[in-house]
Amino acid sequence: MIEAQGLTKRYGRTVAVNDLSFTVQPGKVTGFLGPNGAGKSTTMRMILGLDNPSAGTVRIDGRRYSELKQPLRQVGALLEAKWVHPNRSARSHLRWMAASNRIPAKRVDEVLEIVGLTGVAGKRAGGFSLGMAQRLGIATALLGDPGVMLFDEPVNGLDPEGILWIRRFMHRLADEGRTVFVSSHLLSEMALTAQELIVIGRGRLIAQTSTRAFIDMASESAVRVRGPEMDRLHGVLTGQGLAVRDVPAGDDGPAALLVSNSSTEQVGELAGRVGLVLHELAAQRGSLEQAFIQLTGGEVEYHAGAPAGAPNGSPPARSPAAPTQPTGPLPRGTEAVDATRGGDAR
Amino acid sequence: MTLLTVERIKLFSTRSPWWCMILATALTVGLTSIFAATTKSADLSTLTPSVTQFAFNFGLVVMMVMATLAVTTEYRFSTIRSTFLAVPTRTPALVAKAVVVALLAGIVGEITAVGSWGVASLIQPDAPLGIDTAQEYRNVFGVGLIYLLSAVLALAVGLIVRQSAGAVVIELIYLLLLENLLPAIPRIGDHIQHWLPFTVGNNFIVAGQPETDDGPPAIEGMPFGPWGSLVYYAAVCVGLFVIGLILAKRRDA
Repeated sequence: MIEAQGLTKRYGRTVAVNDLSFTVQPGKVTGFLGPNGAGKSTTMRMILGLDNPSAGTVRIDGRRYSELKQPLRQVGALLEAKWVHPNRSARSHLRWMAASNRIPAKRVDEVLEIVGLTGVAGKRAGGFSLGMAQRLGIATALLGDPGVMLFDEPVNGLDPEGILWIRRFMHRLADEGRTVFVSSHLLSEMALTAQELIVIGRGRLIAQTSTRAFIDMASESAVRVRGPEMDRLHGVLTGQGLAVRDVPAGDDGPAALLVSNSSTEQVGELAGRVGLVLHELAAQRGSLEQAFIQLTGGEVEYHAGAPAGAPNGSPPARSPAAPTQPTGPLPRGTEAVDATRGGDAR
Repeated sequence: MTLLTVERIKLFSTRSPWWCMILATALTVGLTSIFAATTKSADLSTLTPSVTQFAFNFGLVVMMVMATLAVTTEYRFSTIRSTFLAVPTRTPALVAKAVVVALLAGIVGEITAVGSWGVASLIQPDAPLGIDTAQEYRNVFGVGLIYLLSAVLALAVGLIVRQSAGAVVIELIYLLLLENLLPAIPRIGDHIQHWLPFTVGNNFIVAGQPETDDGPPAIEGMPFGPWGSLVYYAAVCVGLFVIGLILAKRRDA
């Protein structure tokens, strides 16, 4: 289990991670989702004690990383595949890592076998392809058979076969009861990999929720409906308490109505009951990417416009140049930021 | 002990340390053998043990480069992060690295020193190359100690600068230029010279040697005797290393 409390990292005036609190539970794959530059890697480095937080703490099974006796036996991490000396062989790299935490040397051959690198174990790691390097990184993470595992963008640059392999592999790790924490900037990838999601934007927590709930919210369905008597149609639908939006004529076709949070059945039946003629009735689903951008809306860029000398790095949302809160409505079952924060107070 | 094994594996599983060791030995022993072979029989009486060590700085520079690279390549390839993941308190891993690298440099230093002296004795068996006095012992066998301490210093610079080219350039400019130029400053130059670390370290080897030597020059009026000089030099090297440790502990990896 990983618990972060008010985790903050500042580089000069830039706030990379801002008062982040979350919990990662064992036995599940938890996705760490956010656009590039949202602070995912920084957070992971803080979890692993590589970067010192400016404020807040993060604990792994109740202890800070630097307090762990033989950390590789408790936490396995793949932050970047290329953290290997290019002139060292894969086996030598694993051998010294194993030796540092008194992991028996035969474990090196075991993990090489697991990731399928036995054949190239004696070759220089510098000559490895990205997929092979990634496998070596995973072998490193597995060395100490740890209960907590962190992967930073593990499928980046992999071919489909490699992506599938890693996805299955993480599910297996979680099924074995381990804590698996995977970061990604792709919601579509996380939808297939993670059961839980921690979503951040600009270093701040946007949501901690189940993947299913997040996707239901993200891919909010709408119904596009069109008929000769648009005004009456509008009245009937709003009369039933549905949210209706006018869509002017454009590339998608003639002017129509967009009914959110509804189904074609519902809209069709309502129109039929009052005898309205329909020319078009279609379900519309926004793409996950669209929804993700909308949700993390404006949280993508680095906030260059933060006022100079803001005390304690006041949240970027308050600065004039930064956009306000995410625009997407938070669905039921989703803990909003403040709820999470309040609930964690000890 | 575990961490010493780790650093040993790390050091010897890449090729550059081997090249550095071979180069250091070949340079010093090679230059000394040329020197011994070209010594005219009339000058044979001046070929003393200290003269056989005239080239030790060449090997020393090479071993300092090796020590620097032992830490800067870790930063260059981010293996320092793997190291700190394995040993999150950081200091023990870095101390282990210093011990392994310094011991290796010390051993190479002894090999080059004894090798240089030995090859000179082989080429010129009639030269006065016997090692009898304490000064002569220091002159040959002391070289390894200077290598050992200099490796700690080079490692410290690498730890502070964290960048191969930068660290090596700083070391070379300081060792080869600054320590030779600072004494040229009028009036205060001589006083500065007496406290320059490499000059003082060198004094451990050359103090009290006969003046007619072709070997590394002895400097008059040094504040410490030979062993005092060694302690002073050690203090500088270890002090710098401690600064490196503190920085490594504080900085984000």
